[in-house]
Amino acid sequence: MGTISEKILSAHAGTDVKAGDICVVPVDFMMSQDGTTGLTIKAFRQMEAKAVAHPDKYAIVIDHNSPSPMESVSNIHKEMRSFAEEQGARLYDVGEGVCHQLVPESGNVVPGNVVIGGDSHTCTYGALNVFSTGVGSTDLAAALVTGQIWFRCPSTIKIVYDGTLPAGTYSKDVVLHMAKNLSSRGATYKALEIYGSVIDDMSVDARMTISNMVVEVGAKVGLMACDRKVSDYIKARTHAPFKGVEASLSAVYDKVIREDLSDLPPQIAKPHEVDNVVDVDKVTDVEIDQVYIGTCTNGRLEDLREAAAVLDGNRVAKNVRLIIAPASKTILLDAMRAGYIDKLVKAGGTLIAPSCGPCVGTCNGVPSDGEVVLSTANRNFKGRMGNTKADIYLASPATAAYSAMLGHIADLREVME
Amino acid sequence: MSQLNGKARVFGDNLNTDYVISGKYKFKTLDMNELAKHAMEDIRPGFYDEITAGDFVVAGENLGSGSSREQAPLVLKAAGIGAVVAKSFARIFYRNSINIGLVLVEAKIEADEGDMITIDVEHGTVRNDSNGKEWSIPQYPQYIRDLISSGGLMNRIKEAKRCIGSR
Ligand code: SF4
Repeated sequence: MGTISEKILSAHAGTDVKAGDICVVPVDFMMSQDGTTGLTIKAFRQMEAKAVAHPDKYAIVIDHNSPSPMESVSNIHKEMRSFAEEQGARLYDVGEGVCHQLVPESGNVVPGNVVIGGDSHTCTYGALNVFSTGVGSTDLAAALVTGQIWFRCPSTIKIVYDGTLPAGTYSKDVVLHMAKNLSSRGATYKALEIYGSVIDDMSVDARMTISNMVVEVGAKVGLMACDRKVSDYIKARTHAPFKGVEASLSAVYDKVIREDLSDLPPQIAKPHEVDNVVDVDKVTDVEIDQVYIGTCTNGRLEDLREAAAVLDGNRVAKNVRLIIAPASKTILLDAMRAGYIDKLVKAGGTLIAPSCGPCVGTCNGVPSDGEVVLSTANRNFKGRMGNTKADIYLASPATAAYSAMLGHIADLREVME
Repeated sequence: MSQLNGKARVFGDNLNTDYVISGKYKFKTLDMNELAKHAMEDIRPGFYDEITAGDFVVAGENLGSGSSREQAPLVLKAAGIGAVVAKSFARIFYRNSINIGLVLVEAKIEADEGDMITIDVEHGTVRNDSNGKEWSIPQYPQYIRDLISSGGLMNRIKEAKRCIGSR
């Protein structure tokens, strides 16, 4: 009985857990990255701990500032490598990709799991029917030591997206639209369950774009059903047994939002808030200096495919820099084989290592004063990409690629009719 | 410590953790006293130099949204912030603060920059001494009260390990 969150947490706690209850649950998988592992190790040592309880359930990912641009970062990376070695944890080193792609891509999580990560976008795996959420370093260290974490079971908002997305509109547009409607705090402390024909029609990759961004409306998790596509995705990656978790018909929701998205235009988030969203045609006069296609939100194979299709045989506008970071090495190899990378680079794109790239302002494409960036990432906060005097707009990969070609934010529906 | 006094340092809604401490600095050092110098830098340059030990950050809705970086509450603590009062908190920031022992008060108070604020933990109130208004503070759930009284998650784990060790 209950919502997906109530059922997953109850199964893990071994007792009936309802929204609002505090429970202690075993954790099935944990992750930390180069921005959070240093503090996690520090907290772990302060707890006077010697060994990670389940090293096979812990991955350390070097992705946020990778390859290292400076000495201090190199030393953090070195400490991460030796901690992984010492504890027998899995290490994903420079060039392997972004944590939120690597964790599901390598078959580390299955539907019904409880997963935590030292990164706020750990909610990405909700698309795989996983109760996964971001935590801080002390929480993570405690879970490494004990194998457990406490949660307050969230209440749930149910969202149903009916209809069929029009040409030129993608999962990124859906989640930007969701951010606009719910606002950046519309789901604070809550879970989302997201359903409907729009979701059913999407690939697992496209669904992850949506679950990735539920934290931008304050949500703890963004859960989707375990359908055939999810099962196939998981089975291609692990032999671990699993069973999808469905909400009961009698589940109680805070509210139910039902909407038909058949007419949703491409969406753009304007500076400096993710929920500052408008239809693309409201901002087509905005000239851009840099376009970034990548990140844990939109650096997957089909994102590169869409961008390559738009740019095939064309060139990015003069004065526009196009930066591309596949979300993992596997994606990079697949995109090379499929010819996407060839098209993107010939069009004027610059390929950087599978990593977070310039998303969080540490390296690989920090904008200069007064510049405008169009990015496929999930955040456009002031200073996010390393310069408080730059403006960041967010869009889907197809809109980003088409805009790169024209030199301003552009409505790709004009070439799609 | 049942009463805390501090001067209000007022911020608006959606003060995210990128603003509390910019992502680019968290790679520089794990020394919070060093990082503290950059607190709020992107949104209010010079903030660190204005702080007197014990000042309160008073903010609007959704304080601490965005990144999970625990550096955000740690930096506020290291900068000498005595407590944080906000209309609402984002969940990861809320947890992190409790874990590291930064005092959080969720209340919809009215305050101007520089107002003197008194938090009375025992009686569950927060008062603006400069305008004379008072608000009540919601109680934490029992589990979290226990966590706080054992000195945060860090101490809780250390204690538990000692118990296991002595069995
Ligand atoms: S790509 Fe950006 S949002 Fe995603 S994990 Fe990396 S820094 Fe965070």
